[in-house]
Amino acid sequence: MQQAAFVTNRKGIVALVSLLLISAIVACGDGIASGGGSAEIMIDGSSTVFPISQAVAEEFRKQRPDVQIPVGISGTGGGFKRFITGDTDISNASRQIKDVEREEAEANGIAFTEFVVAYDGLSVVVNKANDFASCLTVAELKSIWEPGSKLNYWKQVRDEFPEKPLRLYGPDTDSGTFDYFTHAINGKEDASRSDYTASSDDNVLVQGVMGDRGAIGYFGFAYYSENSDLLDVLAVDDGDGCVKPAVSTINDGSYSPLSRPMYIYVNNFSLQREEVKAFVRFYLENVGELALEVGYVGLPESEYQAQITGLNW
Amino acid sequence: MGYFSIQAAVRVDVINQSSPEQNRKRSKATRAWRDRVFVVGFVAAIVIGIAGLAALLIDVLVDGLPFLNYDFLSSYASRKPLESGILAPLVGTVWIVGMTAVFTIPIGVGMAIYLEEFASKNRLSRLIDLNIANLAGVPSVIYGLLGLAVFVQFLFNGSRNVTAGALTMTLLVLPIVVIASQEAIKAVPSSYRDAAYAMGANRWQVVKTVVLPQALPGMMSGIILALSRAIGESAPILIISSLVWVTFVPASPDSKFTVLPLQIFTWISQPQHEFRGIAAAAIIVLLAVLLSMNGIAIWIRSKYQVRSDQ
Repeated sequence: MQQAAFVTNRKGIVALVSLLLISAIVACGDGIASGGGSAEIMIDGSSTVFPISQAVAEEFRKQRPDVQIPVGISGTGGGFKRFITGDTDISNASRQIKDVEREEAEANGIAFTEFVVAYDGLSVVVNKANDFASCLTVAELKSIWEPGSKLNYWKQVRDEFPEKPLRLYGPDTDSGTFDYFTHAINGKEDASRSDYTASSDDNVLVQGVMGDRGAIGYFGFAYYSENSDLLDVLAVDDGDGCVKPAVSTINDGSYSPLSRPMYIYVNNFSLQREEVKAFVRFYLENVGELALEVGYVGLPESEYQAQITGLNW
Repeated sequence: MGYFSIQAAVRVDVINQSSPEQNRKRSKATRAWRDRVFVVGFVAAIVIGIAGLAALLIDVLVDGLPFLNYDFLSSYASRKPLESGILAPLVGTVWIVGMTAVFTIPIGVGMAIYLEEFASKNRLSRLIDLNIANLAGVPSVIYGLLGLAVFVQFLFNGSRNVTAGALTMTLLVLPIVVIASQEAIKAVPSSYRDAAYAMGANRWQVVKTVVLPQALPGMMSGIILALSRAIGESAPILIISSLVWVTFVPASPDSKFTVLPLQIFTWISQPQHEFRGIAAAAIIVLLAVLLSMNGIAIWIRSKYQVRSDQ
């Protein structure tokens, strides 16, 4: 009896220990194929700028496989929080650094350089079935999106539009797209009517506008251009006539006021390191082409050149 | 609807006050009918559940299988969907789950044994029990913030490494392991313990030779559930690691890392349609890792169970 209990007990322990061992072996067994390269450029920040930095880092690593460039998506604010303590070398940002962030960086003895790397054209889209609206003025957009707006029918936006229900789709309030759109259209950052369908995932907004005949929504240019056969984009009139978002109009700045710049911030101390310097130069030389590939629009070539020559290499 | 009409029928029975013979006949018919209604209801519940799950699975398989090949498993992520792979997040996930198991199992099982077998049942131990149950319901992102403050910033001096991720996951899943282990220990009949005590065993001997072997299958179930949760969590890892483009696999517990749910999340939110295909392929890999891990645990459990029955 006692022996039987002892045998059972031992097997129980064996089972438990073997599970532990298996876990440990699995955990450690994969450590063989490690990265190797010691040089590392740490990038974090905006998830909107992430595809651009990923594309550049990917191409850069083809020339310099010895440099590791992990890229994170903590968000613009979250990225700056790390950047201003010297935790990261480069911060992706879909807005400029705020004064409080700048002051904190100075207090920490962190100096940095700002680069504009690409543009995104926030695109205002409607359902394919919408055949009456093709262009809205900034004032009309404001009347739709301003806080407390009571417009619920297209006819209320412009008299010649039909009496069809107007339903709104947009990014949620944490998004940099939301910040920029509210600032450009409503005149005040974060000021927006709140009775709209909000999502942090732009693909959800695409689905929403596709399935709702009375819909109007806005998101980054890449999400429109990938779905241009499923949605209609509206031209925006900023006083100089109607302009649709397109690579050319975003690039030359005529699509206004909804073209927004994308930034990277580079720690000046890191910039003294050979690999960081090489990476930033490579970034500015190649991002124009690469940005296009991932759905953003490059700056005019001269602006990249100006940023390159503005530095002492 | 059905339920109310049954009630009405029963009430009519009561009011009618007809002969007992008639009454019995009718109530028998009612009971048979009621029985059928519930059977249909339960079958419908199963069908809806399984159909929903099957639809999801088929959808993922249809979207993802065309992208699943050796290159996908052995290369790093890329801006080009067709050249993308999941090596870094796959190995990262194995690291996180493996280390979480190493931390969770001894601590969780040890806590459960102490609380059930050694701690006196007083107000304090009831308070601890209540808190463990509550902790199981805390949103995972809270654990991410806690892990960032305690492990990354305090313990590892700003290093966002695999160990910090695994420790955070340990905190997240520990309540599940403790509660399941406690239930498994409670289910061991106290007559077994009494018999062991009667033979002169001390408390630790009773735990070691009687309680633990009997409770092990139940504990394993809890551990499987807990690690399955850890493998699918993205929110705490987004806060701890934040990395979604990594071109190396973690070489040591001190390495930077990313995990599959985070990679899937990033791909799904990209504008290019092909990324949804490779996200589906990554989901299939995640499911495969999860199933094989659970398979190992279930195999260990069943092997042990068979022997203990002999």
